[in-house]
Amino acid sequence: MAMALLRRLGQTVLVLFGISVLVFLVFFATPGADPTARIAGRNASPETMALIRHQYGFDRPLPVQYERMMVSLFVTRDLTSFVDHGERVVPEVFRAAPVTLSLVFGAAIVWVLASIGMGTLATALRGSLVDRGLMILGLIGISMPVFWLGEVINLVTQSRMHDSWMFSWVPGLGYVPLTQDPVGWFKVLVIPWITLAILFIGIYGRVLRADLVAAYSEDFMRTAQAKGLSASRVLFRHGLRTSMITFVSLFGLDFAQLVGGGALLTEVVFGLQGVGRLTYQALSNLDLPLIMATVMYSAVFVVLANALVDILYVLLDPRVRDAG
Amino acid sequence: MSATHPATRRSGPWTTAMTTLLRDRAAMIALAGLLLIIAACVLAPVYAEDIAHTDPFQSDVAATVMVHGQELAVMQPNDNPLHLGLTPLAPTWHPSAYLLGADSQGRDVMARLLYGGRNSLLISAAATVLCILMAAFVGIVSGFFGGVVDAALSRLMDIMWAIPVYLFAISLSIVTISQGLRIGPFTIRSDNLLLPIGIIALVYVPYAARPIRGRVLTLRRSEFVLAARGLGVPRGRILLRDILPNVSSTLIVLAPLLMALAMLAESALSFLSIGVQAPAASWGTIIQDGQGLIYTRPMVAIAPGLAIVLTVLALNILGDGLRDALDVRETSRRRG
Repeated sequence: MAMALLRRLGQTVLVLFGISVLVFLVFFATPGADPTARIAGRNASPETMALIRHQYGFDRPLPVQYERMMVSLFVTRDLTSFVDHGERVVPEVFRAAPVTLSLVFGAAIVWVLASIGMGTLATALRGSLVDRGLMILGLIGISMPVFWLGEVINLVTQSRMHDSWMFSWVPGLGYVPLTQDPVGWFKVLVIPWITLAILFIGIYGRVLRADLVAAYSEDFMRTAQAKGLSASRVLFRHGLRTSMITFVSLFGLDFAQLVGGGALLTEVVFGLQGVGRLTYQALSNLDLPLIMATVMYSAVFVVLANALVDILYVLLDPRVRDAG
Repeated sequence: MSATHPATRRSGPWTTAMTTLLRDRAAMIALAGLLLIIAACVLAPVYAEDIAHTDPFQSDVAATVMVHGQELAVMQPNDNPLHLGLTPLAPTWHPSAYLLGADSQGRDVMARLLYGGRNSLLISAAATVLCILMAAFVGIVSGFFGGVVDAALSRLMDIMWAIPVYLFAISLSIVTISQGLRIGPFTIRSDNLLLPIGIIALVYVPYAARPIRGRVLTLRRSEFVLAARGLGVPRGRILLRDILPNVSSTLIVLAPLLMALAMLAESALSFLSIGVQAPAASWGTIIQDGQGLIYTRPMVAIAPGLAIVLTVLALNILGDGLRDALDVRETSRRRG
């Protein structure tokens, strides 16, 4: 057990190291991506270029540059932006994190509840029109570009129907901190939550239904039915529990990717200054230190979630748990 | 009832799959819809030249147009209190002129929609083919050879998978779009469609490689492969004759689902103006054009979005139908 954990930890560190090297290489060594040219601006004189190259240490060997960047990111935490001179990047990431966490946590609650409802209802009524209708709705949810959906929802709630009783409570776009005004925080985030959740409700609802229907052909389900348990007990206590295994592993990965900046398009459309948007701005300016900080922040979440999913997997599935 | 029909020919797995698919009504409707959308986009020049008589890549803010016997300016004076700027023509719902209205540069949105669809479809289809080729290579090599090769490739896939797909695609796009991509003596210019195609194909390789590797692993342990190895059939021959044909069903099922993901990714990149570059259009760039007009002329952004939804929906339904017909268990997952 301890060995397995150590092995897992070793793999995690290796993946994180790999990501940092990959990001570093993409932005320093890709043909055409010279950070000096970016900082100096267009038509800079060769002297200026040489000065900047020396000042930022771009004339040093790549491994040295890599090491210097990693030390100031993780050890001294004083890495500064290339674009906004003197702006420290670590606090900047930590300022954006609460916005993204608020968005993703709320959306996750919406999509978990809605997709469990959708999956179990469709399974209970499988073969009926309700089942078919729910599955098609799910597929439509999967097929919509999230930024477009957000725009259309904004159009309705901010403009076309803003004066009607239905949407007159919707505040303007932006973020209100939870600690400052909990009600305002909720009001401003409800619509982004739903927008972000729709895709995942579609995916999870459909996956859950497929798993639940498959579970009905398993022996333990037949046993439960043969014992004379009620249909709902069979569905919820026996079927749903086993089907949650796939659900949980999907959830871990998706949640981590969203917290790590995957909710970028939702953040852009709703004017939320979160990690995704910060990463996008860093990328647009080719602000390498900020890119490195945001990507590493995101990778840590994803890798941690992977490890967490593995542990939950063991806890949920008795076959894996008892096999040791 | 007779027990057996000696005359009945046993049909192969492909024929069976084809029959099942042809009977799947939803999949057939989706296929028909998809072909219709493709045909409409292929015929974009016909629409622009012969029906709407407009050049969708030329901005013309002084033009006027005859609609229902009335002469209207394409760019109309604004009705906001300050009368600042011009508002483009609203949808006329008349196919001969500005069916869906004009965009902020006075261009016909319907004609741009059709031209944009060509790029969206081309990029997502080409990216799908490229992605499947790369993923098949990675998946087959890693599943068939195992050992160190498998470990190395699987770690590489893990690393790529740990970066959110869209962020990965955006990073690669930004790096290459500013100055183009230089590979040795060749330079791919930033407005070349090969850039979005290559980038989208690359970021979805782990998504497609995983189920392929899984399939190859199962096949490698299957009895007919073990038998072939026992008989001393060379590895290369086993790979070509036994593994490859059996992996192809997985590849076919992946194709429409990947194309759906590729189309969504392309629209996202173009929406952030790092995909298809102006003056060329794609459904994503038109949504971006329409973003500034969303409260005054929402149709500019709504129409391309609907086109994406319909196309992606058709691809997803088709993918589901293919999976049922070919009886491939869903081992992959959607992302994005």
